[in-house]
Amino acid sequence: MKIYVPRDAAARGLGADDVAAAVLAEAARRGVTVDLVRNGSRGMVWLEPLLEVATDGGRLAFGPMTAAEVPALFDDLASHPRALGLTEELPWLMRQTRLTFARVGVIDPLSLSEYEAHGGLVGLRRALGMDSAAIVAEVTDSGLRGRGGAGFPTGIKWKTVAEAKADQKYIVCNADEGDSGTFADRMLMEGDPFTLIEGMVIAGIATGATRGYVYMRSEYPDAIEVMTEAVAIAHKVGLLGASVLGSGRTFDMEVRTGAGAYVCGEETSLLNSLEGKRGVVRAKPPLPALQGFMGKPTVVNNVISLATIPVIFERGAAFYRDFGLGRSRGTIPLQIAGNVKYGGLFEAAFGHTLGAIVNDIGGGTATGRPVKAVQVGGPLGAYFPPALFDTPFGYEEFGAKEGLIGHAGLVIFDDTADMLKQARFAMEFCAIESCGKCTPCRIGAVRGVETVDRIAKGDVAAIPLLTDLCATMKSGSLCALGGFTPYPVMSALTHFPDDFRPAMKEAAE
Amino acid sequence: MTQTSTEIAARVGEILTAHEGMEGPLLPILHAIQNAYGYVPRDALPIIAKHLNLTRAEVHGVMSFYHDFREDPAGKHVLKLCRAEACQAMGADRVAAHAQNRLGIEWHQTTKDGRITLEPVFCLGLCACAPAALVDGKVVGRVDEARLDAIIEGVR
Repeated sequence: MKIYVPRDAAARGLGADDVAAAVLAEAARRGVTVDLVRNGSRGMVWLEPLLEVATDGGRLAFGPMTAAEVPALFDDLASHPRALGLTEELPWLMRQTRLTFARVGVIDPLSLSEYEAHGGLVGLRRALGMDSAAIVAEVTDSGLRGRGGAGFPTGIKWKTVAEAKADQKYIVCNADEGDSGTFADRMLMEGDPFTLIEGMVIAGIATGATRGYVYMRSEYPDAIEVMTEAVAIAHKVGLLGASVLGSGRTFDMEVRTGAGAYVCGEETSLLNSLEGKRGVVRAKPPLPALQGFMGKPTVVNNVISLATIPVIFERGAAFYRDFGLGRSRGTIPLQIAGNVKYGGLFEAAFGHTLGAIVNDIGGGTATGRPVKAVQVGGPLGAYFPPALFDTPFGYEEFGAKEGLIGHAGLVIFDDTADMLKQARFAMEFCAIESCGKCTPCRIGAVRGVETVDRIAKGDVAAIPLLTDLCATMKSGSLCALGGFTPYPVMSALTHFPDDFRPAMKEAAE
Repeated sequence: MTQTSTEIAARVGEILTAHEGMEGPLLPILHAIQNAYGYVPRDALPIIAKHLNLTRAEVHGVMSFYHDFREDPAGKHVLKLCRAEACQAMGADRVAAHAQNRLGIEWHQTTKDGRITLEPVFCLGLCACAPAALVDGKVVGRVDEARLDAIIEGVR
């Protein structure tokens, strides 16, 4: 009997370890041999822990499981109260286009043979037969843009590094996924770490970089564990090292852990942190592509950007580019979170409307109350009201509505949310996490909290002051922390003005 | 439990040796020291500084920049509650207030008996099963008041 119980942090947070232990205990009690695989998560967090049993007809899903319900699995699978049918036929999975996440939840994350059996290393082997310019051209042709949020074309970044002359170049993977509502990096690293390694190796071969780093958050202990183990395995089998897969090309990498600073998700701050310095933002130029880690040309890419590289090389640039809309090509792993009925990770081509994501895919709020706002793109993303639910999911489309897609996290709030409180939190968070390098962010965020507090006390005259402060922060900050904090603040103020006029609201009631 | 400076010098020396040849070793070194002691003893800073050819102020500057590094030992158990937006949408503020009440402490404080340190954290990546907590490095999802009470009971 082959049974899958996810080792994904969300599944563990909901009791997957207890379920796994119960499986082993029951198997021992009955004298049944069980092959227990701790896979990644399929992304249906409301069904976690989602247990799967392999059968001749395919994998059967059971969830959300509890340890107490495990023994019944050994009696009759079909009549189990948690039986959901074939995993592959669950509507949530059938509606997706899983390219980057194709293997997540399917394979044992640390089995290189399963990785290869599911298309792993095909892309790398193809890339090893191409020259640098051809690899870069393939990435450019795919239309892939930075999935960390900035949306910069990945191919162009690689080209800059490839053409730079230096004795040492680096590939740095930004795995400092600090935005609330985002967990795609975590799920990818916990569920299919070799994809990220393969993507980094291809990046190294394309640009002439021989060393790589994955900069991970200390808040992700499970992901760090899986990633570290995967890198060790990759070393052992020669996927990493002096001669990648016997090609004579060198690429080596290691995992590094941050220390709880949100701003280190900003690429220049991350580079300083990696060098062992305070995670203070650097002014650009010089671009990291020319003077990055240790002053050398460096590709800094998000986990999802790098983890999407293998499928682009496996299936071809045109295959990937054919998904999407406008200038947003390919697929995006939507992370649907907060107050939502069906929360989790849903990979789809760009172009779903915000309303379809929230209502059709997410099923509305968990509390059953009306949706009031959706914050898209993390703590620096705008709050969207239902009036903007027709906005298609794409970089330019969200930009046109004074928002951003960021790392594609969506946090849903019901009608009990107080948007003035959310605006205050955005400023408070910026004040706590500011690196202190530039004044608009360091001082502006503190003044922002004070100004929101004045508005809360009924001082309506402080509203133009807040608007002005946001304009200064937006155009005067060095990086996205100070520069984008105005997005949640101004969107809250613009779309939910009643929440900022408590005196008027009270008078009306 | 106080560590003498000779003990610290020896142990920190070993950690420094283990990180020889690493590019940008300061964060890994501070993590290793905190793993060994539960905090970064003040006496360790000049040793690190000398070894890396930095000033003591530079090492202190790095250490104090990051939320993770402690100057003093934490309580026996560390309870981190997520304060970020996805958790807020599911009542994290209410749960946090309950925790503070129940433990009689504010953020960053430790209970009088030294059992539990309460800390805020901004996102554990458990945003689709919010509110989230990290209890001695173990993740917990859907933390309401009842589950929080159970967590506190569990580590008492």
